[in-house]
Amino acid sequence: MRCGDFKTSYAADMTIFESGSARIMLGLFLGALFTLPLYTPGYLLDIINRIGIAVIGAVGLNILTGFTGQISLGNAAFMAIGAFSSGYLATRFGLPFYFCIPLAGLITAFSGMFVGIPSLRIKGLYLAMATLAAHFIVEFIITKWESVTGGVNGLSIPIPKLGSFAIDSDARLFVLIFVIAVMAVLFAKNLFRSKAGKAFIAIRDQAISAEVMGVNLLKYKLLSFGISSFYVGVAGALIAYQAKIISPETFPVTVAIDYLGMIIIGGLGSILGSIYGAIFITLLPELLRMGTSALSGSFPELVNKLAAMKELVFGLLVIIFLIFEPAGMAARWHSIKNYWKLYPFSH
Amino acid sequence: MDITFLLQLLINGLVVGSIYALVATGFVIIYKATSALNLAQGEFLMVGAYICLNLLSKHQIPFWQAILITFAFSALLGMLIERLILRPLIGSHLISVIMVTLGLSSILKALIQLAYGTDTIPFPEVFPSAPVQIGPIPVSQGYLYAIGCVAVLVALLTSFFKYSKTGVAMRATASNQQVALSMGISVKKMFAISWAIAAIVSSVGGILLGTIRGGIDMSLSFMGLKVLPVVILGGLDSILGAIVGGIIIGVLENLSGGYIDPLVGGGAKEVAPYIALILILMFKPYGLFGKKRIERV
Repeated sequence: MRCGDFKTSYAADMTIFESGSARIMLGLFLGALFTLPLYTPGYLLDIINRIGIAVIGAVGLNILTGFTGQISLGNAAFMAIGAFSSGYLATRFGLPFYFCIPLAGLITAFSGMFVGIPSLRIKGLYLAMATLAAHFIVEFIITKWESVTGGVNGLSIPIPKLGSFAIDSDARLFVLIFVIAVMAVLFAKNLFRSKAGKAFIAIRDQAISAEVMGVNLLKYKLLSFGISSFYVGVAGALIAYQAKIISPETFPVTVAIDYLGMIIIGGLGSILGSIYGAIFITLLPELLRMGTSALSGSFPELVNKLAAMKELVFGLLVIIFLIFEPAGMAARWHSIKNYWKLYPFSH
Repeated sequence: MDITFLLQLLINGLVVGSIYALVATGFVIIYKATSALNLAQGEFLMVGAYICLNLLSKHQIPFWQAILITFAFSALLGMLIERLILRPLIGSHLISVIMVTLGLSSILKALIQLAYGTDTIPFPEVFPSAPVQIGPIPVSQGYLYAIGCVAVLVALLTSFFKYSKTGVAMRATASNQQVALSMGISVKKMFAISWAIAAIVSSVGGILLGTIRGGIDMSLSFMGLKVLPVVILGGLDSILGAIVGGIIIGVLENLSGGYIDPLVGGGAKEVAPYIALILILMFKPYGLFGKKRIERV
């Protein structure tokens, strides 16, 4: 049983796992996670896959918004760029998924950096508006560029194949998605132990001070846009493989708001928080669906109102979290854990 | 080029633009007074339109009374939102304020959808719709009334800010909160009044749009996003900018709808304001009339 920390070196402060038991617990958790497809029914597995994709996207957005402090309302557009570029590469050039996904990530990263170029000059709410405008412009381009994106009809994505092994079931997609998700989370965790990650945090806390201390603002802001968009693009490519057919309507601006909600509810500037938020917001409509179908005997009209109910609960949650727990679920979890760690001598 | 077509587009742009100007004015009033970015402005407009519709068609209340009740309701809604949601967040990060208004817009949209569904509901005819000839082109009377309403409202607001005690107090609050406080102005009250005025002004926009279009649906809430290019063009803290910007964006939108849409097969009308937004941010980030901000550590 642990109680309190005593650290004697910088390395000990920077380590991901505070103790050996945390390492073992994570190993056990990952082991259990990858046995899920063996006994989980298809419908649930589909939801879990969507959670995995949301985790990648939310971690990516948190790198930009939570850690670097650059508010982006354009991540649905970046997701669309990732999805359509991977779809185009797969259908036009017949590239296998293990090329398509990273290439889609790279293409999105470059588009993200392009949108990020003005971020040196415009910041805060101006950047939020610029990224929102970028969303509508990208949406317009995707709808009009029919030779690449299929226009309003969309693209149908071929089944990913590893040699002759087709990744055609939810269980096989699960492995693909979660291998990428685990890598993405580990990379992000390590990013913030590195020089670049520290620079991101310095920019968030006070951009001018960071510049005075020798952080190259343009370089690191662009890097943050690039890394974040890479994540979002990979998430988009995975959405394409999971949904099998994508159209411009797959990525409306509400998707961007949902992802912002994930990192707000989970915790801005927290990798774990992005995971909690992604799980929570993805499960929210499913929980509501279960709730309403249980009540549908007495209130049959509830089923038709599901979309509105989801919006309502989402909005309420975002507001409640912002007012009462601005640091999100990650902070709440941390304080609960600390309470029990020191129980009954909490003070 | 067909000159009547151009004129028609200009007039349409002027009408839509004047409504943008109204909603943008509400946006600017809130931003100036409380430095909060209200992304739920479009939902205020939508709620106002639905309330008025409900009073007119369900309860058969005469138009002028219905409008007054709508105003009262909007003012109450604005103040309630300020008190419950925005006040606890004073002084917190920008992203919190942006997200809280996005959350608010989700809630308002959901409530309207739960109450009225997603179908377009016909709006009763308030202004006579018979067109009048202005030069070579027929213009719907509703359009003229709409422009008239906006002009009257803008004049009212201007004189309110210029001559009334509350208006002057609001301007004082906007320019320096601490000094305003020490002069005995209740800053909290000014915040509440700003939200109330913004909600009322937006609801006028909603009612006008309802009468012009002849029906209202959930798409009214998109007006809130349309207003962003307007305020960026005019300058975030300038009411004059909001009005000029609104009309320019409205005309720009209709011109690109008329001349570019046929070339690309639709969609240019919707995206043109956002392209303008990006260009303005690149070349004149504080807009036409906005105050330049100096950043200090």
